[in-house]
Amino acid sequence: MNSHLCKKNKKEVKRINPYGLKLFLLALPFVVLVFMFRYVPLLGWSLAFFNYKPGLSFDKMQFVGLKYFKLIGFFKEDVINALINTLVMSGLSLLTSPLPVIFAILLTELRSSKFRKVLQTTVTLPHFVSWVIVYSLCFGLFSSNGLVNNLLLNVGSGKQFNLLANADKAWLFMLYLGIWKSLGWDSIIYLAAISSIEQTLYEAAKIDGAGRFRCIWHIVIPGVMPTFIVLLLLQVSNILSAGFEKYFAFNNVMVAEKLEVLEMYIYRIGIGTQDYSFATAVGIIKSAVSLTLLFSVNSLAKHVRGESLI
Amino acid sequence: MKKNVSISSFVFDIINFVVLTVFGFLCFYPFYYMLIYSLSDPVEATKGVALLPRGLTLKNYWAVIHLEEIPLATVVSVFRTILAAVITIGCSSFLGYLVTKKEMYFRKFIYRYVVATMYVGGGLIPTYLTLRAYGLRNTFFVYIIPGAISAYYVVLTKTFFEQIPESLEESAMLEGAGILTCWARIVMPLSKPILATIAVFSLVAEWNYWFDSHIYITNDKLYTLQYVLYLYNQKAQSVADALKINPILSEDAMKITPATVRMTITAVVTIPILMVYPFMQRYFVKGMMIGAIKG
Repeated sequence: MNSHLCKKNKKEVKRINPYGLKLFLLALPFVVLVFMFRYVPLLGWSLAFFNYKPGLSFDKMQFVGLKYFKLIGFFKEDVINALINTLVMSGLSLLTSPLPVIFAILLTELRSSKFRKVLQTTVTLPHFVSWVIVYSLCFGLFSSNGLVNNLLLNVGSGKQFNLLANADKAWLFMLYLGIWKSLGWDSIIYLAAISSIEQTLYEAAKIDGAGRFRCIWHIVIPGVMPTFIVLLLLQVSNILSAGFEKYFAFNNVMVAEKLEVLEMYIYRIGIGTQDYSFATAVGIIKSAVSLTLLFSVNSLAKHVRGESLI
Repeated sequence: MKKNVSISSFVFDIINFVVLTVFGFLCFYPFYYMLIYSLSDPVEATKGVALLPRGLTLKNYWAVIHLEEIPLATVVSVFRTILAAVITIGCSSFLGYLVTKKEMYFRKFIYRYVVATMYVGGGLIPTYLTLRAYGLRNTFFVYIIPGAISAYYVVLTKTFFEQIPESLEESAMLEGAGILTCWARIVMPLSKPILATIAVFSLVAEWNYWFDSHIYITNDKLYTLQYVLYLYNQKAQSVADALKINPILSEDAMKITPATVRMTITAVVTIPILMVYPFMQRYFVKGMMIGAIKG
């Protein structure tokens, strides 16, 4: 596709087109802006190869080669812990990825369309509040003086628990919260997919004697499958990015070890202890793995369905 | 046989209704709890609030807006949200418009150069050091400038603009309209659906974002509401102290509990979203679909 466009361009290049130049000049400030805020940080990756200390000017930095990458081996335990936390959280959300599909199907199967609308509005709401707000709400409900413990006390149960400071339940709790926050939102895309299924398919199935469940199984599920696969593949490529704000907002001494995902670790090492070079090295490895995953998943998709994801 | 099917279908309807209602309740109740707790008398509230406010009162809100940080943080948040959203939408949609012009030099390169930023980023530390080197730390601009171009919005607007018939612009250009005029007077007004969608996205995102306050801002005059709430979440006890210091409130301060203050601040931060939320719903559903087709 590109080659014949190039040929066409070659003829035009000889005379400079003032209109095309004007357009380019108009876009230039934005190109510079993108360069300053998106590409210069990429140049900052070079920090991982230098002995960078805050306040040190660039010419005084010492080239240290792969020292910081080797240091990762030295801090193995912390890095491995962060890696495990990240993989567990991403793995759990991968396992629950069919939930939005199921939820969308259940919604469309509701008889009352009014109730469906109300419900859809309600379940999408959590998507629109920040994790700080979610934490606040959870504190009101689940902390030692929160609603749930109060109720338990009133019922006479001696069991008190504080979900926010429970290391054993930390992973599951974060998983539940993730589902609570995003299920409604994530199902919108499947609702769209379901509504774009042709009505004639249902009619034909009915004539053939298919009931409600057979229609779901043989029409709706195959109908949403392509969307599901695409999103699943994208999720796989994001496996090292478990999300950051959620763990940051819910972090406390009791659960810190369980919630320290890779991003949190980079934050703690980089901003916390100002070990910029080392934190950058960890970040580079994370990005490299993510990009590799993205491209492999993309070429896999190209191979299987003949269309790339990105 | 026929009867069997309708019975199982009926059972399914009931289970479906129950499951969805329970989940809907779980999504709704925390917000309801926040509202009734913040509307309850603080002392009464410690006995437990579950269904209705105890000792309905607005004085918690009155107390919270007199907290030292809250009024200023509200102003910062409102300005940040509106300015950042307007600038992001303006810049991104203008760039999105420019890259629809086939005559533009390096058009393909520029588009790919922008889209690539959706997939590769410098990461937390290099970005932090870069913005610090630009002197953006502890300035209001750190909320606005770094996000001025959003690759995602460029893609969305470009896709939408491409569907607008070129003939509309051509006739305007014949009458001497420039590129800016075409964009502002012809293309933008025709693109209200997509603009409304990204407006909703970016307003909500800007209102909710707090992490940049956390790493770039140490001057408490520039804190956003969300970040103030984050800080209150981190230090429960000092909340009560903050109330006691405030002379306007000292009379009531003994009665206000940290839990009430926290819930009320949460309500103050959440209510703007709750208020605009029902109106914007149709836009984000639409936006999700545009995004879906693209992705």
